[in-house]
Amino acid sequence: MALIETEDLYKIYDLGDNPVHALDGVTLSIEQGEFVAIMGPSGSGKSTFMNVVGCLDKPSSGTYRLDSMDIGSLTPDALADIRSRKIGFVFQGFNLLPRATAVENVELPMLYNGIHSAQRRDRAMRALKSLGLEGREHHHPNQLSGGQQQRLAIARALVNEAPLIIADEPTGNLDTKTSIEIMEIFVKLNRESGITIILVTHESDIATYSRRRIHFLDGKVVSDEAGVS
Amino acid sequence: MISIPATIKISLRALWVNKMRSSLTMLGIIIGVGAVIAMLAVGTGASRKIAQQVASVGSNLIIVVPGSTTQGGLRMGSGSQSTLTIGDAEAIESECSAVQTVAPILSGSGQVVYGNQNWATSITGTTPSILVVRDCAIVEGRNFSDQDIRNATKVCLIGQTVVENLFGGEDPLNKIIRVKNVPFTVVGILEEKGQSLGGQDQDDVVYIPITTAQKKIIGTAFPGMVRTIMVKAKSTDELPVAETEVNDLLMQRHHIGPSRDVDFTVRNLTQMLQMAQQFTTVMTLLLGAIASVSLVVGGIGIMNIMLVSVTERTREIGIRMAVGAKAKDIRFQFIIEAMTLSLIGGIVGIIVGTIVAAVISKFADWPTVVSPFAVLLAFGFSGFIGIFFGFYPAYKASLLNPIDALRYE
Repeated sequence: MALIETEDLYKIYDLGDNPVHALDGVTLSIEQGEFVAIMGPSGSGKSTFMNVVGCLDKPSSGTYRLDSMDIGSLTPDALADIRSRKIGFVFQGFNLLPRATAVENVELPMLYNGIHSAQRRDRAMRALKSLGLEGREHHHPNQLSGGQQQRLAIARALVNEAPLIIADEPTGNLDTKTSIEIMEIFVKLNRESGITIILVTHESDIATYSRRRIHFLDGKVVSDEAGVS
Repeated sequence: MISIPATIKISLRALWVNKMRSSLTMLGIIIGVGAVIAMLAVGTGASRKIAQQVASVGSNLIIVVPGSTTQGGLRMGSGSQSTLTIGDAEAIESECSAVQTVAPILSGSGQVVYGNQNWATSITGTTPSILVVRDCAIVEGRNFSDQDIRNATKVCLIGQTVVENLFGGEDPLNKIIRVKNVPFTVVGILEEKGQSLGGQDQDDVVYIPITTAQKKIIGTAFPGMVRTIMVKAKSTDELPVAETEVNDLLMQRHHIGPSRDVDFTVRNLTQMLQMAQQFTTVMTLLLGAIASVSLVVGGIGIMNIMLVSVTERTREIGIRMAVGAKAKDIRFQFIIEAMTLSLIGGIVGIIVGTIVAAVISKFADWPTVVSPFAVLLAFGFSGFIGIFFGFYPAYKASLLNPIDALRYE
């Protein structure tokens, strides 16, 4: 049973005379528990693909089923609900709230799905602990190192127990040593918790941590190869 | 749906981060609400004071005064003629249907003496119905009776000012005082009425039977003459009718025809005071309306700062949307933030307005009343301002596309 199924996905930006095909007929299927790297140069459509898969954007045509639910027919509120329950995001620029403490940042996704405040705090603390951020709960993001900030972002992505994590260039702002540390966290999450991970990157050595690599070019999938990490 | 306490916490933090900006924005609302509260307090105080005047003069009151006389080319002013009589008063009482009761008045001033104390006061000869006409009560003792009038008894009712000045701590009841050297027994003490609209002390009075006044105390041009006649109408609605009836009756009794000048004037005192009260009500509303303009300006300040805030926090909105915030959650957050600004501003404004009203009271010697109604109105209005002027920025924030918002630098 595939977690993600796309069929003939098009995303066309109409910029006057020449429409841009950001996605040009993408048909893919990603199983529950896979660790997939989406690769390609900038403008290849990998970010657009990530936005559609992450329910941040809707395709112009084609179907996208997440957990066998057709996403194309959903309202923006329903998409927000799906993001809240099924998807965790990790971004290149961390995207943490600068004025909130670490634990409050982790609590953020739970604010929007009706989890009680005591339980919010408890779950956020456990998520922070599991990512080795014990003792940093009340630090603000700017008091943390890049690696710690990204771990904080991963904690936030995990806290709603989403089956899918989408990581958009998660190591783009980190040095090599920290990048390895972060990638190992993803590998561990994928192996031990069975969380499906979609990693968007243009660095091939980062992509080697995945078990399947999909290359995009000009909005099309040009290669889809399995590899051992 | 996001929980309200969490939203309020987020809003308070966002406002706290920009302390200077938030407090300046609030200042707009504080000034607006403060101005509304202070202006309404000034207006309400004025109209309450006038309402007290209306009550202290007596409600539904008509006063008949004689006309003017001319002596050697000098016109002497109204009341200088002696044309009204007890007979007029009795006729008004018995013939005018809209009239409840009548009190003829023959007044003068003179010295009153008790023991070694003396005091110059106004001496009013009248009938027992004066108490009904003036809406006045007796706190101790009794009113004088019709029999006192018939027999021209030497009894009197005295006001609080006279009590204080003649008796000090002593009980005045049944004591003998000398009014213009004539001994009178004090049979009743009048309740306190305070100052009249003209600043006259309405407690500085001695009431005596009108017959006694005519015979012993106040000289009259002819027997049965009275200075004025006070008429109480049955109700406010019947006041104009009573006025016409009194006027018509006296025209007839005084044989006023086309060739003869009218020798009396009918004054509707209550109506004048009610008009004054209406005027202050209008003034209060006007002051309030002018003050609320500044409240609206304060609201625009909120809207302005919220729009800036939404733009500044585009990325934050994007992050919230990415982790599952719905459009309504974002809208709610910004409306709560605007409402927090306006309600805190409103509360501080109510306090400031109350202080300003108190200061006006103290230094301008003008009564002010901060009514619960005005407080509720100002508080409700500032909350409404928050929602109204917060809605557009909040709506704008909720329309953001999460992808663009996340990319915003």
